Amino acid sequence: MAKIVAVTGNEAVANALKQVNPDVCAAYPITPQTEMMQRFSSFVSDGKVKTEIILVESEHSSMSACVGACAAGGRVITATSSQGLALMYEILYIASGTRLPIVMPVVNRALSAPLNIHGDHSDSMGARDTGWIQLWSENAQEAYDNTIQAFRIAEHMDIRLPIMINMDGFIISHSIERMEYLDDDQVQNFVGEFKSLNPLLDLEHPVSYGPLILTDYYMEFRKAQDDVESKVPGVVLDVAKDFEKLSGRTYGLFETYRLDDAEIALIILNSAAGTSKDVVDEFRDKGIKAGLLKPRLYRPFPYKEIGEALKHLKAVCVLDRADAFGGSFGPVYMDIATSLYPYKERPVLINKIYGLGGRDYLPDHAKLVLNELVELVGNGTVKSYKEYIGVRE
Amino acid sequence: MAKAVTLKELSKKELLFAPGHRLCAGCGAPIVVKMVLLASDYHLVAANATGCLEVSSCISDYTAWKIPWIHNAFENAAATLSGVETMYRSLKKQGKIDKEIKFIAFGGDGGTYDIGFQSLSGAMERGHDMLYICYDNGAYMNTGIQRSSATPFGADTTTRPAGSVVPGKTEQRKNLTKIMAAHNIPYVAQASPSHWADLVRKVRKALEITGPKFMNIVTPCNRGWRSRTDDAITLSRLAVDTCYWPLYEIENGVTKITFRPREKKPIADFLKTQGRFKHLFKPENEVLIGKIQESIDREWEKLQKEEACFAS
Repeated sequence: MAKIVAVTGNEAVANALKQVNPDVCAAYPITPQTEMMQRFSSFVSDGKVKTEIILVESEHSSMSACVGACAAGGRVITATSSQGLALMYEILYIASGTRLPIVMPVVNRALSAPLNIHGDHSDSMGARDTGWIQLWSENAQEAYDNTIQAFRIAEHMDIRLPIMINMDGFIISHSIERMEYLDDDQVQNFVGEFKSLNPLLDLEHPVSYGPLILTDYYMEFRKAQDDVESKVPGVVLDVAKDFEKLSGRTYGLFETYRLDDAEIALIILNSAAGTSKDVVDEFRDKGIKAGLLKPRLYRPFPYKEIGEALKHLKAVCVLDRADAFGGSFGPVYMDIATSLYPYKERPVLINKIYGLGGRDYLPDHAKLVLNELVELVGNGTVKSYKEYIGVRE
Repeated sequence: MAKAVTLKELSKKELLFAPGHRLCAGCGAPIVVKMVLLASDYHLVAANATGCLEVSSCISDYTAWKIPWIHNAFENAAATLSGVETMYRSLKKQGKIDKEIKFIAFGGDGGTYDIGFQSLSGAMERGHDMLYICYDNGAYMNTGIQRSSATPFGADTTTRPAGSVVPGKTEQRKNLTKIMAAHNIPYVAQASPSHWADLVRKVRKALEITGPKFMNIVTPCNRGWRSRTDDAITLSRLAVDTCYWPLYEIENGVTKITFRPREKKPIADFLKTQGRFKHLFKPENEVLIGKIQESIDREWEKLQKEEACFAS
C-alpha cells in the first residue's frame, strides 16, 4: 500500500535509498545534499539498513571508494552536489569506463566562483560527457521514483553503467511536498538482488581491474562504451513500464505537456518545468497553442525521439539553468539543436539562460518567453538567439 | 603472532607476481612486491596506485597479478581499497562471503607521500583493515624522475636538476613513516628488500593485526638513482647501513629498531654509488654532504631515543 507523506526532496531520496538497502555507501557532506546522507547515516546507526557506510575525507575519495566497493561486487551509493561533483570528475570517467553501476543522487547546485550554495544545473552539466547515465527530476516524487528505477537501469546486464539522479538544490531538496512512498517490500522486489559481474572478491576467478590499454585497443574499448549507451533508452523505457505497474506513475525518456498540437513550446529541466506548465495552461486558456517538453533521460540524450517530438513546432525556446561558456549556447539548447538538425522543416530555436545560482524562476519569466515566441511566429523576426533572463542589466 | 618462515619455505611458495611484467631490468619494485606477497599465508586482494608498478604489471590483456587486483587512479589507492574492504565486510556480515581475505595497497612515493597523501590519511584514520605499502624510490620515476616530497635532499631530478645555481633538491624529505605513526594506527614499519627476513616478518606481523597498517619500503630505481642495474640489493643495504633508511617498527605506539648496523657507515658511501648525487662531490658542494650527514645523525639519534623511552 502506498503511503502518502509530506517530506523534503532529500528526505524522499534518503528513504528510497533506505528501501533499496545497498551494501555500501560512501558519504561526504556538501550543501544542499548533506541532509540526505545525514538521514541515511541515521538509518545505518539505527540498524534500519544492512549498509556499511564509509565516511570519507573528500568526494574524490567518496567516488574512489565507490569504485572499489562496486568492483568488489555489491550495490553501492553515494550522493553529492556542486563542488563535490567537480572534485569527483576524474573518477566519474573511471566509474563509467570500468562499467560500474554506482547510483548517485546529485542535488544540483551552482559552481564556484563566486561561491554560491543555491540551485542551478552547472554541476551535472559539467559531468554530462562522463559516461554516466543522467535522470532529471521535477519534484520530490520524481526524485524518489527515479532513484528506485536508477538501480534497475544501471545494474541491467546489458548496461552496467553508473547513474546520477538530479534534483534542484533547495527548491526540491529542502521544500516539503506531498508525495507517495512505495512499501519497502515493493521496492525490494522491484530492484531485486544485486547481480555481480566479475567481482574482485571472487578468489576462484581472480580478475585485474583498471589495466593499461594503449593505441592497440583503447579505441575499440571506447566504441564498445558508445554501443552500450545506445541500449540505455530501451532499458529506461522497460524499467519505467514495470514501475508504472507498481506505482501507477508513468515515466518516459522525457515528458511532453500539451505538446502534440502545439505551435510554440518551452524545453526546460527539473523544478522550473512545474512553474512553466502552469503558464502554458494560461496561454492555452487564451487560445494560444503552447506546450512543453521536459527531458528526463538527459544522458544518453534521446536525440531521435526528441527531434520527432519537436519537429512540427513553429518556435521553441530552450531554457538552460547553466551556461556552457565558450559554446555560445546553453547545454540543453545545443542538444535540442542537434536533435532538430536532421529535419528540413524545423522550428526556430532560441535559448534563454535563467535561474543561475538559485535566482528565482517566476511565472512572469515563462510568460515573457512564451510572448516572445508568439511574436516571433507572428512576424518571423528573431530578437536574439541567446539571452540571459531575470538578470540585472 | 605470525609464525616465522624460513627461506626454504618461501622458496617453495607460488609466486603471486608472475614473470613477464615489464618493469625495468634491476628495478626494486617487483622484488619488494614478490617478497610482500610471498610473506602472506592469507588470501590477498591488492590495489595499486598509478605508477611504474601499475603500468608495467597489467597491460591489457596480460596481467602479472595472480591475485585479484584493482587500479583506479594515481592518488586514490587507499580510498579505493577502503571501498573494497568495506564491501568485503558488508558481504561477510550478510553471509555472502565466508573466506578470510587480507587487503594490501601498493603505491610509489609520488602516489603516497604527495598526491595520494589525503586518501591514505583518510583511509588510515577510518580504521580499514588493510596494509598500505609504499615502495619508495624517491621520485616520480614513471614520468621520468621528477622531484617528490620523498626525494632526498641534494638529489638531482628532472624538475629540480643540479645546475650552476641550484644544487638539486633544496629541501629535506618528508618523514612519512613518522606521519603515519602519528595517526596512532596499530602498526607502522620501515623495511628494505636487502633485509628480506625482516621485511617478511614485518608483513606477516602486519597481516595478523586487524586495522590499518602502513609499511614504507626503500626501493632502488637504477634509472632515477643513476646506478648500476645489478645494484638494487646492494644499494638498499647501504641505505640501511648508513641509517639513511633505518629498519624499525612502531607497534601500538611502541618504537623498536629491528636492525642496528654493526658499524654505521658514512652517508657518502651511499651517495657516491649514485649519479643523482654526483654533483655533491664537487668541492663547492661538499658542505651539503656534511649537512646530509648531520640530518641523518640527528634522525638516527632521535629514533634511538624514542626506542629507549619505551625500553626503560
